[in-house]
Amino acid sequence: MFYRESGEFKTSYAKDNSSFPIAADKVIHVAMLVIALLVVPFMINDYWAGAVFLPFLIYAIAALGLNILTGYCGQVSLGTGAFMAVGAFACYKIMVAFPELNMIIVVLLSGVVTAGVGVVFGLPSLRIKGFYLAVATLAAQFFLIWLFNKVGWFYNYSATGQINAPTREVFGFNITGAEATPEARYLFCLFFVFILAWVAKNLTRGRIGRSWMAIRDMDIAAEIIGVNPLTTKLTAFAVSSFFIGVSGALFFGVYLGAVEVTEVFGIQKSFIVLFMIIIGGLGSIFGSFIGAAFMVLLPVLLKNILVGQLDWPTDIAEHLNFIIVGLLIMVFLIAEPHGLARLWNVTKQKLRLWPFPY
Amino acid sequence: MNLKKLAIAAAVTVTAAAPALAELVVPSLTYRTGPYAANGIPWADGFSDYMTLINERDGGVGGEKIRIIECETAYNTEKGVECYEAIKGEGALVFHPRSTGITYQLIPKITADNIPIHTPGLGRTSAKNGEVFNWVFNYPTNYWDGASGAITHLLNLNDKDIKGKKVTLLYHNSAYGKEPIRTLELLAKKHGFALSTLAVDHPGQEQKSQWLQIRRDRPDYVLMWGWGIMNQVAIQEAANIRYPMENFIGVWWSGSENDVMPAAEKANGYKSLAFFAVNDDFPIYNDIKKFVVDAGKAAGAGNMVGDRLYNAGIMEAMLTVEAIKNAQKIHGTKKINASMMRDGMEALKVDNALMKSLGMENFLPEFEVSCQNHGGNGIVNMSQWDAAAGKWSIIDANIQSDQDIIQPLVDQDSMAFAKESGVTPSCVN
Repeated sequence: MFYRESGEFKTSYAKDNSSFPIAADKVIHVAMLVIALLVVPFMINDYWAGAVFLPFLIYAIAALGLNILTGYCGQVSLGTGAFMAVGAFACYKIMVAFPELNMIIVVLLSGVVTAGVGVVFGLPSLRIKGFYLAVATLAAQFFLIWLFNKVGWFYNYSATGQINAPTREVFGFNITGAEATPEARYLFCLFFVFILAWVAKNLTRGRIGRSWMAIRDMDIAAEIIGVNPLTTKLTAFAVSSFFIGVSGALFFGVYLGAVEVTEVFGIQKSFIVLFMIIIGGLGSIFGSFIGAAFMVLLPVLLKNILVGQLDWPTDIAEHLNFIIVGLLIMVFLIAEPHGLARLWNVTKQKLRLWPFPY
Repeated sequence: MNLKKLAIAAAVTVTAAAPALAELVVPSLTYRTGPYAANGIPWADGFSDYMTLINERDGGVGGEKIRIIECETAYNTEKGVECYEAIKGEGALVFHPRSTGITYQLIPKITADNIPIHTPGLGRTSAKNGEVFNWVFNYPTNYWDGASGAITHLLNLNDKDIKGKKVTLLYHNSAYGKEPIRTLELLAKKHGFALSTLAVDHPGQEQKSQWLQIRRDRPDYVLMWGWGIMNQVAIQEAANIRYPMENFIGVWWSGSENDVMPAAEKANGYKSLAFFAVNDDFPIYNDIKKFVVDAGKAAGAGNMVGDRLYNAGIMEAMLTVEAIKNAQKIHGTKKINASMMRDGMEALKVDNALMKSLGMENFLPEFEVSCQNHGGNGIVNMSQWDAAAGKWSIIDANIQSDQDIIQPLVDQDSMAFAKESGVTPSCVN
């Protein structure tokens, strides 16, 4: 009744190829965007930005990146944390070396640097697959973190080994540093999320995305029909690392402001992002968002309910948090192995047929 | 679904953030979970129990009750920042992050928000320069004093000559563990000992290769900047390679009962720096027992009372309460805010007469805070573990750290920070 194609007539190829073929879909997305742009910035404060929106947006970019590699191209990666670190350190070095450079360009350049590193560590994927590739990317995780901690050049020889984001502006508004307002930081991240999600959506439904999926579904068959595994796999690594690098740069510059590499970009980051795309849904743009929301918001929500509302001891709440999040992950994986995005797809199917299911 | 979740979170936080008025709000960032919990729990308990004692026995400070807001960080900087953002709106007077990593993260934020931060014996050492770090206090002592104090103790043992000795620093591979390296390097040059450093990665459960290295190098002394599970593992590993315990010296955060107990009698003779009291024979403990423990109001499980790190909590709480008293006196009002609290902290003077009146004689070294000196006078003690008696005792008291080395370092590092972040060194008001 509300959500269906019937009655919508497409009179041109461009319309037939639009991102959201169903009118209701378009309306929902535009409405979300309007809320994100025109409502949230007027309600946001330091807590909402720091605890909810910034981590959600930044992790969403990382999840999009990993989803391109793992969900669309089928190459399992456990190196997300290290690639985020590459983005963060690239961002730091560029910020310090070129103080005049616009932050948007700095973040994009960090993504480019990470894409380069990602391609290098993607080379083994041409020879090895599955678990073995996961182990190779795991090596990247440990090697890169060790490197950033060991070689002083990366952190400009600071005594603590930490990197600190200096204050930088975009169009006269502080984006990094302690003086940056939550509104500016939020809108800056939202801008990147919007652009990158758009790019990801269109990449995945075009030729490149289809060749990724062909490799994922059966690499030998894909090769026989003319998909070049070398370029396909390496573009997946490059694009995925670009996204992850951007998220790492934002994570360091805009969200945290100071980073200690062993603590912030350790193996647990790789796992969190991997959980996000598994729970959200492999091979789904929407799934990346819903997975990021699930992993970021649920602990905050639980903490606010258990400690803030029920006044429980903080340690018990924290332990319960682990248990509840862990249990929910298991329940979701058993009840819906294709992730939360699949639930949304099922709902869509039902809505299309409603009220005459068969 | 996404929006619905947000809406629920919104409703929850809005109702949760209703401010309670006319109270002295003191946040306590704790870590009762994770690999650092063994050290975090007694510390948090001591802090809460002292505040409970002040509320129960004295009816608060100047008639105003203290309200503690605990927030669990698990020693993780991201969670620490989230805690800070969540609590700062509630009228927090002073933050106690209890983590050097979180401290580094918070220093720019608290400076922008004008809320003081207190990091006794931890955090950024160069914050001792109060003209640059107006809102950061690290009295009564800091890591560079600790590093120098340990070397002075070694000098005392060796007739003031440790030329050619080999000293190894085993450190937590983080901002915390790296703090003493620069001081030790300069001291090595000055006294002619050979320094080598070995890093242990978070969380510190895996140290086989480091101890193999120590076994091969046979250093004369091993210093340790460890925290959490790293301490217990290191002491156990040292016992396994039969390293002489009396040559193994930890910083004050590597010297609680929880750290030495797992190695049982093999840990006998292990040394650790100290600046707050190492045992519980103080009259204040009678009051804590009477008003807090026996009244069933003890924090946590209540089984940490008297632990050495419980004293760290007491120390922190006592210094906070005295600073609140100061602030109330200076500004003539009971209801102080964060910037009044800062004035109270900057005017703090702790001497033995004061500590005696609180039932804590000789609990801490005496010190006086000023705008130029936020970090105390650099007095530390050396303590040793007696496994048979199951207690710590001070073996070398009132060691004066080498200010000829430390003061220039403090100036250099703090001025570098000032330049980096565009701060003009000056006192507030």
